Amino acid sequence: MAPEKMVMMANQIAGFFHTQPGDDQAAKVADHLNDFWAPKMRGQLIDHVEAGGAGLDPLVIEAIGMVRQPA
Amino acid sequence: MKDFVIPWDEKDIGTPAKSGAPVTLSIDGFEVTVPEGTSVMRAAAQAGLDIPKLCATDSVEAFGSCRLCVVEIDGRRGTPSSCTTPVAEGMVVHTQSPKVKKIRRGVMELYISDHPLDCLTCAANGDCELQDMAGAVGLRDVRYAAPEGAGIANHFEARDTSGETNRAWLPKDESNPYFTYDPSKCIVCSRCVRACEEVQGTFALTIQGRGFDSRVSAGAGFDDFLSSDCVSCGACVQACPTATLQEKSVIEKGTPARSVVTTCAYCGVGCSFKAELNGDELIRMVPWKSGAANRGHSCVKGRFAWGYANHKERILNPMIRDRIDEPWREVSWEDAIEFAATRLRGLQEKYGQKSIGVITSSRCTNEETYLVQKLTRAVFGNNNTDTCARVCHSPTGYGLGQTFGTSAGTQDFDSVEQSDIVIVIGANPTDAHPVFGSRLKKRLRAGAKLIVIDPRRTDLVKSPHIEAAHHLALRPGTNVAVVSALAHVIVTEGLYDEAFIRTRCDWDEFQQYAEFVSDPRHAPEAVEELTGVPAAEMRGAARLFANGGNGAIYYGLGVTEHSQGSTTVMGIANLAMLTGNIGRPGVGVNPLRGQNNVQGSCDMGSFPHELPGYRHVKLPEVREIFEKAWGVEIDPEPGLRIPNMLDEAVEGGFKGLYCQGEDILQSDPDTKHVAAGLAAMECVIVHDLFLNETANYAHVFLPGSSFLEKDGTFTNAERRINMVRQVMKPKNGYQDWEVTQLLANAMGGDWTYTHPREIMAEIAATTPSFAGVTYDLIDARGSVQWPCNDDSPDGTPLMHVDGFMRGKGRFMITDYIATEEKTGPRFPLLLTTGRILSQYNVGAQTRRTENSIWHEEDLLEIHPHDAEVRGLNEGDWVRLASRSGETTLRAHLTDRVTPGVVYTTFHHPDTQANVVTTEHSDWATNCPEYKVTAVQVSASNGPSDWQEDYAEQARKARRILPAAE
Repeated sequence: MAPEKMVMMANQIAGFFHTQPGDDQAAKVADHLNDFWAPKMRGQLIDHVEAGGAGLDPLVIEAIGMVRQPA
Repeated sequence: MKDFVIPWDEKDIGTPAKSGAPVTLSIDGFEVTVPEGTSVMRAAAQAGLDIPKLCATDSVEAFGSCRLCVVEIDGRRGTPSSCTTPVAEGMVVHTQSPKVKKIRRGVMELYISDHPLDCLTCAANGDCELQDMAGAVGLRDVRYAAPEGAGIANHFEARDTSGETNRAWLPKDESNPYFTYDPSKCIVCSRCVRACEEVQGTFALTIQGRGFDSRVSAGAGFDDFLSSDCVSCGACVQACPTATLQEKSVIEKGTPARSVVTTCAYCGVGCSFKAELNGDELIRMVPWKSGAANRGHSCVKGRFAWGYANHKERILNPMIRDRIDEPWREVSWEDAIEFAATRLRGLQEKYGQKSIGVITSSRCTNEETYLVQKLTRAVFGNNNTDTCARVCHSPTGYGLGQTFGTSAGTQDFDSVEQSDIVIVIGANPTDAHPVFGSRLKKRLRAGAKLIVIDPRRTDLVKSPHIEAAHHLALRPGTNVAVVSALAHVIVTEGLYDEAFIRTRCDWDEFQQYAEFVSDPRHAPEAVEELTGVPAAEMRGAARLFANGGNGAIYYGLGVTEHSQGSTTVMGIANLAMLTGNIGRPGVGVNPLRGQNNVQGSCDMGSFPHELPGYRHVKLPEVREIFEKAWGVEIDPEPGLRIPNMLDEAVEGGFKGLYCQGEDILQSDPDTKHVAAGLAAMECVIVHDLFLNETANYAHVFLPGSSFLEKDGTFTNAERRINMVRQVMKPKNGYQDWEVTQLLANAMGGDWTYTHPREIMAEIAATTPSFAGVTYDLIDARGSVQWPCNDDSPDGTPLMHVDGFMRGKGRFMITDYIATEEKTGPRFPLLLTTGRILSQYNVGAQTRRTENSIWHEEDLLEIHPHDAEVRGLNEGDWVRLASRSGETTLRAHLTDRVTPGVVYTTFHHPDTQANVVTTEHSDWATNCPEYKVTAVQVSASNGPSDWQEDYAEQARKARRILPAAE
């Protein structure tokens, strides 16, 4: 997937959970990514964060530690 | 219990059913007990004492014009018509007294004196109520004739013997492609006019003139049926007792001898039809009166547009090719399956187990869909399965799952009869779900109020005898802002149903929600400029919905196909919970599903993250059920969604696709991206009736079977599982489930299904909401709504009656977040897309029928103001461009769209509206944002380069080598 598209999709998810109550928004972002993104897409996102996470919402970066690494 | 015993007898008993206290009367000495309000005619028919009739039919209210049904009633004067006389306690009725028999014979003699006696060559011979009644009353002689020399006084002879023209004679109107109107056979019973009004609600027909000059007339004096407002639903044809309104197929082929009840394969209403045939030749499709979704009504698609099944472009032999620039080669089924299986396995060996996947179809049966997702999970060994519901109702799955606990409409269609206030948001049911649209309009004419939330002025906003109380003509992309503004009014003005919320919902979550939505930034006044909707209209609509009695919300793809589609669905669920409109007849949240089996394809585990019954693949206890049933290990990770498959293909990681009954190249957004993805794959298998657009990029073509040729079930928008019955054998040799099984077995699947009922048994054994579903049950009951299991063995017409599926209803915070797709100087207009009545989806079926007479090309609707500043006139070729691509089509100037908004349909591949739509999508589900694209419109000379290149590529891709000698 093109990196810009992946960043936009991840930021959209963060955008929703920013608005949700509670203090576990990052966990909710991670849950959503784990539940709906195929492992390879998650791997790409993790790589992108490790490479600096350009363009990503800070909530996605906060969530990335809870995103399951693909086997 | 409703419909527990299916009245397989379809006899017309004259007047509609009533409900009321039981009333007992005597008819010809027999005691009969019927509900209060029932007509004497209906009561008699129910007792088996049929009273002759002509102007009465049980689809419309009694009219009392033909006087054939007169009876005598003890203690009453004269001979009242039994159709218009309600029963009364202790009434004594005589249906066959010498007096009424004489009257009836006299009435019939008059009718027949103005009717041609060409019964043997008439298309309705054997299917004519006038003929039947002449027999029933014992008419033996017609004494009336014009006196000698007085000229003709009838409507059926064009000329008299001297050649003089009969001015009362009118020629046949053959303008409608599917039926004819022959005025010479008309008895002016008004059944057609009343059906058009009461059943369909179009008011296209009228009786023109008085007395002997009375004629049925479509539209104004200068109109014929085609040019009138007639929507060709067939209700008038169905109601006509003679050959006056007659299907052309019956005229051409003769009256049918057998019939099979089956389910329409068009939209999510899921109408039941009787397929009427001679042998295996289909003569006509007639709406089935006992069909619980349609109650005997139909639309132009289901009733008439089935000719595609025999269209000359249908492909009946499997074909393969090594590369997509080669012509197709016809091969045997064995060779095609072997070729496909070898390629797919080869791709997995070379590129990995997850390099291939499937797309299931919302047009195929539950059983077929189940097998396709099983193919990828059990045979390919991954979860790369998705369905076209991805691009329509996936946000419904997520949104209703989060709030209520399951992805399903809460009501049955009958529920609308008890609604007092209806919100229709992002849906255009009179075009896209016509039979439901008619049922809604009937309720509106009876007094229910309507709020339409739509950028366009759809027909529901204002049409004959219908007017919405509020039309919130919002800017595309601002659904969440409008829905939250409505909730703001309901909460801040204290209009919410506290008792309901306290007992049925999580009170803490409600309080969080109430605090959120009460913020002044959600007030109608605050979002007026953003949404383009006057604040007073929003306030008025919110108050009406909260105070108006039973409130129901119906929504469509105008809700889901947005970057905030899932959020809007949650907002709608919030509105229903706020106002206590869940869990009883007349209320609820009702997604109108686009295709016939969207609900079913979602139920059957088509999505890459969940197994049948909406259970996530990560759950070991769920995987275990299927691992035991299938004898394989199931991947616990979600697979790729359609857009992800295409992205992966472009990147080189996704190489093979089995696509059943779905044309992703035409229907999915950003056509160029889809084409690039398909072109990058090494094995694309298209399983379809026709060489669709996706097949231009395919290496294997497996011919599909039509819905007329297969057994199985469809599940409609009400969760109603309807039977699809084989009415003829597959012209391509196999039903679609058999083809999937051939492919699975060629790849080591070892499947042994011999009939779809065995597949349903496997579904029931593995999926709790289907646990009680069997073919025997559906056959006995006509249909069943899931959940159907030990808790509700007869199915579930209404959901969440005593509690939500998830326990407490959950209010979700729904903040408005603007889409990334924004207008600007280069692309100042917003494009939104939709459907039209006569065409369906990508048009693969309807374009291959006479329906194209109503819609032969996609048009761009543009406001006259926007057209004028661009120098555009009605019918001009215009260039429609977005940052994704451009196409050309003709302009239609109309104020149905507001300035700044343009609209088109996507039924025709040569327009390719989706060249223009973008890859933006719903945040939760990746459902594409079809409904908002920033565009520019300008004058054009004709097709764009893309369109010309595309047409050439398509022409080359469709070449088929002549079969080897």
